[in-house]
Amino acid sequence: MSARKSDIFILFIALNLSAFLFFFLDALSMQADTQKKLSEERAMIEKLGLTDLCLFTDARYMRHPSMADLNTPFQDHPTSIEHFPSGTLAEPPRHLRLR
Amino acid sequence: MIQVMDVRKVFNAGRPNEFVAMNKVSLSIPRHDVTVLKGPSGSGKTTLLGILGCMARPTSGRIMLAEREITSLPERFLTEIRRTTFGFVFQQFNLIKGITVIENVILPAYPTGENPAILKKRAMELLSLFNLSGKADSKIEWLSGGEAQRTSIARALMNDPEVIIADEPTANLDSRLSKEFMEIVSGLKEQEKTIIIASHDPIVYDSPIVDRVVEMRDGKIISGI
Amino acid sequence: MNRINKHRNILDFTLSSLLRRKRKNTALVLVYILVVFGLASVLFSTQALKREACSILQRSPEVVIQRLVAGRHELIPTSYIDKIKDVRGVQTVKRRLWGYYYDPTVGANYTLMVPDDPAVAEGTIVIGKGVARTLRAEKGDLLPFKANDGFFVSLEVGDIISSDSELVSSDLVLMNEGDFRQITGVPAGYFTDMVLSVRNVKELPTIAEKIRRLAPDTRPIVKDDILRTYETIFDWRGGILLVILAGAIMAFIIFAWDKASGLSSEERKEIGILKGIGWETSDVILMKFWEGTVISLSSFLLGCVFAYIHIFYASSALFEPVLKGWAVLYPKFRLIPYIDPLQLATLFFLTVIPYTVATIIPSWRAATVDPDSVMRL
Repeated sequence: MSARKSDIFILFIALNLSAFLFFFLDALSMQADTQKKLSEERAMIEKLGLTDLCLFTDARYMRHPSMADLNTPFQDHPTSIEHFPSGTLAEPPRHLRLR
Repeated sequence: MIQVMDVRKVFNAGRPNEFVAMNKVSLSIPRHDVTVLKGPSGSGKTTLLGILGCMARPTSGRIMLAEREITSLPERFLTEIRRTTFGFVFQQFNLIKGITVIENVILPAYPTGENPAILKKRAMELLSLFNLSGKADSKIEWLSGGEAQRTSIARALMNDPEVIIADEPTANLDSRLSKEFMEIVSGLKEQEKTIIIASHDPIVYDSPIVDRVVEMRDGKIISGI
Repeated sequence: MNRINKHRNILDFTLSSLLRRKRKNTALVLVYILVVFGLASVLFSTQALKREACSILQRSPEVVIQRLVAGRHELIPTSYIDKIKDVRGVQTVKRRLWGYYYDPTVGANYTLMVPDDPAVAEGTIVIGKGVARTLRAEKGDLLPFKANDGFFVSLEVGDIISSDSELVSSDLVLMNEGDFRQITGVPAGYFTDMVLSVRNVKELPTIAEKIRRLAPDTRPIVKDDILRTYETIFDWRGGILLVILAGAIMAFIIFAWDKASGLSSEERKEIGILKGIGWETSDVILMKFWEGTVISLSSFLLGCVFAYIHIFYASSALFEPVLKGWAVLYPKFRLIPYIDPLQLATLFFLTVIPYTVATIIPSWRAATVDPDSVMRL
């Protein structure tokens, strides 16, 4: 008897779930690399007194969002497509909006 | 086997298009007989067939199936009875297109939750009985009229029912295939099935294997009780 | 056993039934996967980024003091240090020298910075991986910088920062204070801003308030502000995220509409046949449940698997054009895999459940027809 269609489907679902299991185990196996990466990042932040992630380099309010002036293009947010595309991806910092 | 008493069926009750399909019909179907309901279209044959086969409920009246009152049973039980007691052969065959012959035959048995290997074996036996073994994995669309008819009979027999109900089974068949159908019916009769056929085809109601012809007109039985 | 078999039998039939419209259903699943993939990619990357940011930015300065003039970030004179260092609770005050540099040869922006411990030797620089990549610079190369007075200064690459910390250091150019002042034109006695450390973190609001009173033209930014910036930076409401989400929702409405606007007469007829040959209403609904589940669960799982590979193994390659924007220097970093179960559950409820329900509801009515209607077809 050939394989039942339902078995093939269940196998397919199981494969997908085991892909996640594999991802999870893979992430665990790289724990040492992860810790090294995190500690290097922390060391860099501590040494230089960094305040922001280097995600975008096009506009200064995107390079250092937390240091942004009170009047930056963020004011046009949320849906404006401004000159720098990166600005449309991010929310303005909370401490700018509250003041 | 089946008894109907004073059965009345009204469609669209209370609305302007109210229509009395059956009025005060009483009938008794004996076990292991071949009964034909005969009459022009619109005479109430199909409605009576539906009520006999537990497919529809009468507006009033009572139905007894093997000494058991079934008129007031909830849907679940009615479906259960229908599935185990009746096999249906429809005028248009009503096979599901796009899937294989064998899947169509097994279809009535899927919800029973039986083991698929057993179901498949039973379906193959039925198909070979009707010379359809070679077509088991063909799609329904590829079948000839006679093959489709035989497939739908095989499907009706899948749950090994006591009663076979056929609605105008020969309407879409030529004379040769209609005679072939009656031969199959006679074979089923030998297996002690109870058979009820609604038809206005002389090949059916004049056949020697028919035990009784009930004639209907305008929702009433006019002869053959 | 019987119940499981029943489910599997009905699932068998559902799959046969779906395979009949192979092309239509494949197209449906592909679009569906794409929608889930897009949403899940956004979700995975922002979650991982936020988590990493919150974990590493714990080490960022407790307070940054900025001076504002005419609404703009201004240089801060050394004299401010004396004003602030005596505020009760302040442990240390450090001056920071940093700024931006636009490199006209490649069109990239760098962040120049002066570390003071250990300081960078005069005439040399330490550059981030992104800068090195953009300039194809190696250790020992001389890089020209256009100084504020119009002259060019050539600095030697003394070191390249490890790519492990690229997420925070990609565009950095670390240099000596003298070189920095010459290139940027920050006059002696002025700094970019100041960072404070405090004795007791609980006193931060009081200290910030005191600083605001002592130097009204300054703005203290506390660590919580920095952290919260990254907690909320990519929100559901964020521009393009909103557009993607809206697109996904529209797609779902179209799916649901297609489903809900009625079964085809053929589907209706099939339900009639199933009822006629002895299926219960609940069996028909079970079949429709599986039909919706097969399509939506397969799409959901595949979409999520692809999104995971995309974000954590392929470094969000498909998002690069969007993230890059006009930037020439594009940081490349590998995010630490992280999936928030709650977010995944939300995505599941937003995608799988509505589709399955939209499949079941319209067939409900069709499934409650009297079985004898099959004889009147």
